[in-house]
Amino acid sequence: MPERELTFAQAVREALAEEMRRDSGVFILGEDVAEAGTPFKVLSGLVEEFGSQRVVDTPISEAGFTGVAVGAAMTGMRPVVDIMFGDFITLTMDQMVNQAAKVHYMSGGHWKVPMVMRTTLGATRRSAAQHSQSLQAWFSHVPGLKVVLPSTPYDAKGLLKSAIRDDNPVVFFEDKMMYKLKGPVPEEEYTIPLGVADIKRAGDDITLIATSSMVQVALGAANLLLKEGISAEVVDPRTTWPLDEKTLIDSAQKTSRVIVLDEGYGRYGVTSELAAVVAEGAFYDLDAPVKRMGAMHVPIPFSPPLEDVTVPTEETVFEVARKMCGK
Amino acid sequence: MTIATMHPEAGPVTAAEHEKWLRVYRKMLTIRLFEEHVNDLYTRALMPGLAHLYSGEEAVAVGICEALRIDDYITSTHRGHGHCLAKGASPDRMFAELLGKEAGYCRGKGGSMHIADPATGNLGANAIVGGSVGIATGAAFSAKNRATDRVAVCFFGEGALGQGSLYEVMNLAQLWKLPVIYVCENNQYNEYTHYRETTAGTILGRAAAFGVETALVDGQDVRAVHEVASRLVKRARARGGPAFLQCDTYRYGGHHVGDINREYYRSKQEEYLWKTERDPIRILANFLLDRGYADAASLDRITSEVRTTIEAAVKFAIDAPYPDVDEVEQDVYA
Repeated sequence: MPERELTFAQAVREALAEEMRRDSGVFILGEDVAEAGTPFKVLSGLVEEFGSQRVVDTPISEAGFTGVAVGAAMTGMRPVVDIMFGDFITLTMDQMVNQAAKVHYMSGGHWKVPMVMRTTLGATRRSAAQHSQSLQAWFSHVPGLKVVLPSTPYDAKGLLKSAIRDDNPVVFFEDKMMYKLKGPVPEEEYTIPLGVADIKRAGDDITLIATSSMVQVALGAANLLLKEGISAEVVDPRTTWPLDEKTLIDSAQKTSRVIVLDEGYGRYGVTSELAAVVAEGAFYDLDAPVKRMGAMHVPIPFSPPLEDVTVPTEETVFEVARKMCGK
Repeated sequence: MTIATMHPEAGPVTAAEHEKWLRVYRKMLTIRLFEEHVNDLYTRALMPGLAHLYSGEEAVAVGICEALRIDDYITSTHRGHGHCLAKGASPDRMFAELLGKEAGYCRGKGGSMHIADPATGNLGANAIVGGSVGIATGAAFSAKNRATDRVAVCFFGEGALGQGSLYEVMNLAQLWKLPVIYVCENNQYNEYTHYRETTAGTILGRAAAFGVETALVDGQDVRAVHEVASRLVKRARARGGPAFLQCDTYRYGGHHVGDINREYYRSKQEEYLWKTERDPIRILANFLLDRGYADAASLDRITSEVRTTIEAAVKFAIDAPYPDVDEVEQDVYA
């Protein structure tokens, strides 16, 4: 029997539905999450099954309802907050950074904040500067938060189920360009632990460490590289924190060349941190400086030809990798 | 006040009232003496960090917490010692926290501005002005959705009226009829600035705009605070929805202990008048004496007992060990 395939959006929805059936404390809170099912239709059908008490439409008040989620999480529930566009996390920063991330530590371990914030990342949707950013570095910087960056439907489902069961605030970034991506997702129950990287493709000559949207780009580049006789390994950390440093370093030591890819800004960003981890852990095994590739350091422009050059593509990654391998 | 308090000989209700107001008196005095010792520890350089004293505002915390059950929730502020004590925290572990000791409520990791205590429903003091309005509203959301009859009280100063998230969550609370009471302690000053310089319109008008039930009370009169708080808590418990209670009060000291020279923003005469004519502990003492609930000797005895407790608590905290340095990385994640 062929393996069942789901889209990324269906995998996210299935994870939510399963966890909501399993635990009555799990509920969804956000703008147009109920009948509208979000503009991306990721949540379609959930309000019909679980009702408006558990799939809760809010006013356009990101700070307010994120704060409500923190308080609900502290007092026995497991909220899943929906922040429609990743750009809007700016509005929630005090609640996430000063409240959710610190409550457990500041209280000497007495209070817990088991909540998930689901939001999006990614450019190339022609949405311009305030609907196209990939701001995962911001939350990755903060002790007390966990940050998840799924790259396949399988990972999205397994990681989201773990995020919901986690007793800490977890931020879950979904690439909006990936919602229609299909991939195998088994019918049976499974979870994927946070903090375990996945080798998406094995190779010997160069390592492409890639997150979220950039995993598909890296896999495409790896196909192009193979035609040049270059065997690329694609490593997906899956979470920026907790971070599986060992898998990244092991791969770097094996291939001796590393490109780090993340759709956020490189400066002080996820790629900078991952590159530093590799440099510190595998310095004596490297044959070339670690290369970072991410969004150009500009606000994401609207005009399609301008926007298209702001983020790495299969072709640009292929070119950089080919040169690094001396071909 | 109920009629029963007018007639001390009238039986069990009166006895309960009698006992209640003596308990309230003891609690208010505990907060006052606690803060005096905080000031002392701070000025003797025994306490690190900052100290924002609650002296002068005791009737608000005690009047409201007296209307709550132990399993009701509160959120507190940077000026939070009074709220925590009124909700049931013990002075020894409070002082230990203020000195950064392991025996403190947060194992020394929170300090004066972050005391939290699940056992008394204290979701935590918050050093971001208005920072806990979401948490309190969320606790009320949870209380309602888990089918409990718990109530959440959100304490904040009038300075928090400048924070937009307050208006976001009041809107949510009214839409969803959440059992949350927003208690605005109007101590007149946003740090070093009189609130009239920062606050357009009226305070209650802001809550009323959302259709939230509002009330204004003299925050120096603990009986008045308690009466209105009891009504609002009962209403919230019965699913009547949120409320906003403005308590007009006064911060006896500076914004923090180090704020000594205050004449550029308020006069010594003003401070003198509040302390001599509007002191909440003296107002309650006069009531107790007038009603025959206490005499001067019994009030002195309470003062002496509270002083002994507080002094023992200070000693406990000073003698307590600091946390082991290895604890620095503990409890970042649950």
